Amino acid sequence: MNHIIATEKLNLYYNDFHALKNISMQMRPNTVTALIGPSGCGKSTYLRLFNRMNDLIDGVKITGDVRVEGKDIYAKNTDVVELRRKVGMVFQKPNPFPKTIFENVAYGLRVNGINDNGFIKDKIEQSLVQAALWDEVKDKLNKSAFELSGGQQQRLCIARALAIEPSIILMDEPASALDPISTAKIEELIYELKENYTIVIVTHNMQQAGRVSDNTAFFYLGELIEYGETKEIFTNPKDKKTQNYITGRFG
Amino acid sequence: MEWPKNTERNKNLRQVIAFTSFKLLSYAVVMILFLILAQIIYKGISVISWEFLTAMPEDGMTKGGIFPAIVGTFYLVLGSMVFAFPIGVLSAIYINEYTKDSFYKRFIKLMTNSLAGIPSIVFGLFGMTLFVNTLGFGDSILAGSLTLGLLTLPVVIRTTEEALKSVDDSFRHGGYALGATKLQTIRRVVLPIAFPNIITGLILSIGRVSGETAPILFTVAAYFLPKLPTGIFDQVMALPYHLYVISTSGTNVAESQPIAYGTALVLIMIVLLVNIAANTLRRYLGKKVKMN
Repeated sequence: MNHIIATEKLNLYYNDFHALKNISMQMRPNTVTALIGPSGCGKSTYLRLFNRMNDLIDGVKITGDVRVEGKDIYAKNTDVVELRRKVGMVFQKPNPFPKTIFENVAYGLRVNGINDNGFIKDKIEQSLVQAALWDEVKDKLNKSAFELSGGQQQRLCIARALAIEPSIILMDEPASALDPISTAKIEELIYELKENYTIVIVTHNMQQAGRVSDNTAFFYLGELIEYGETKEIFTNPKDKKTQNYITGRFG
Repeated sequence: MEWPKNTERNKNLRQVIAFTSFKLLSYAVVMILFLILAQIIYKGISVISWEFLTAMPEDGMTKGGIFPAIVGTFYLVLGSMVFAFPIGVLSAIYINEYTKDSFYKRFIKLMTNSLAGIPSIVFGLFGMTLFVNTLGFGDSILAGSLTLGLLTLPVVIRTTEEALKSVDDSFRHGGYALGATKLQTIRRVVLPIAFPNIITGLILSIGRVSGETAPILFTVAAYFLPKLPTGIFDQVMALPYHLYVISTSGTNVAESQPIAYGTALVLIMIVLLVNIAANTLRRYLGKKVKMN
């Protein structure tokens, strides 16, 4: 398969507000795509299309096509719960549950009907290793997740998402609430994860987009202004607006 | 340009006056509470004894104890909890987690809030008509518990709703994003977080129920019944009603006055203990939720 995520003439409305305008865009597997743009440009809304988190907001209307692994995920017979297993998400603010570190990662497995304790244990270790957190928490898996630092909590949330074996991971400004060292760790992690996952990341940080992503999409006022290879976008933007934004002239 | 004069006139003085008056007013509130407590303790403590708590009333309720009233209140509280808690908590979950902000939701909220504003004597009348007469339960623990349960239902719904509302949406979203259904998210994420506050609300409503007089007046309370109930269709004495009876229409109001104060003291102590228990439990559970 060539494209793991694709939208075609996608429009999204919050009641009367036209938040996403006619967006057609494709992403290939095992790539990192950065969505950039000023606040309110629709990039987070666009991200939330792919695991249907926008469903939770009243008054959202969608026209056009959203395909994940070739399937129209807004078709009537879509199992949203199943979709969210395949499309994991990491939020802006680390949001571990008020449970132990172990139970946080186990949660996704348990709600998906896995009760085999041996499997859960192995999976937790594997996920925490993948999220580069294992060494820091392996001796305190039964401690509360709230005892971890913000950066560790965010990696725990990544581990939690990895545990249910998604193929796509959506990240909504995953490092914006973190200090520079934690941010660097998350970025490193994103780079490693791309080997096995497709990642879409919303970021306000231009350098971050430049460092972690293969492709970049620039959104402005609900429109996709420019989309292409990150290198291209940052060195040779075709649109004046893109150029102004990445050079910091507005935003 | 010259800065206008006297812009900060008396600023600090006003501040001091305002805070002093707020402080004094809050002291006054506490003082009133202490006065009530002091009076009841002063007049009631002399009759409190092990015998007073465990014996039957005697000599036209001018002597003896209040044991049946304590037991009666206990049963009524227990009975009303059995009715009000499950229904109230589940309704609150439905209202807060399932209904979107629609006309229907606003309607339910208006109704539950209005229900909370109905005078308790009206609940008493309603209980008498429906439970005692129409359903034929007679004056009984069952009828009284149901009436008290109805009375406390809006309180239970509202406190549970507040507890659920205070759970940050990021937890819910985190749950959904991992492929959990709404029910799983409520059960495994939302409820455990809200649990300490829900429990506190429930326990506080117990405090209120144990002191209600009007709803049990026509549905369960006995004027004088020196024996313990044997089933849910029995009548019982109850502390608040007993207090009312011996201070207004006993055989000898003047002589039974110490007993009235003793009864009041017991009632207040029960409510106080319940409140302290609620607070302790919330703090304990709050810590536990964080740990787990």
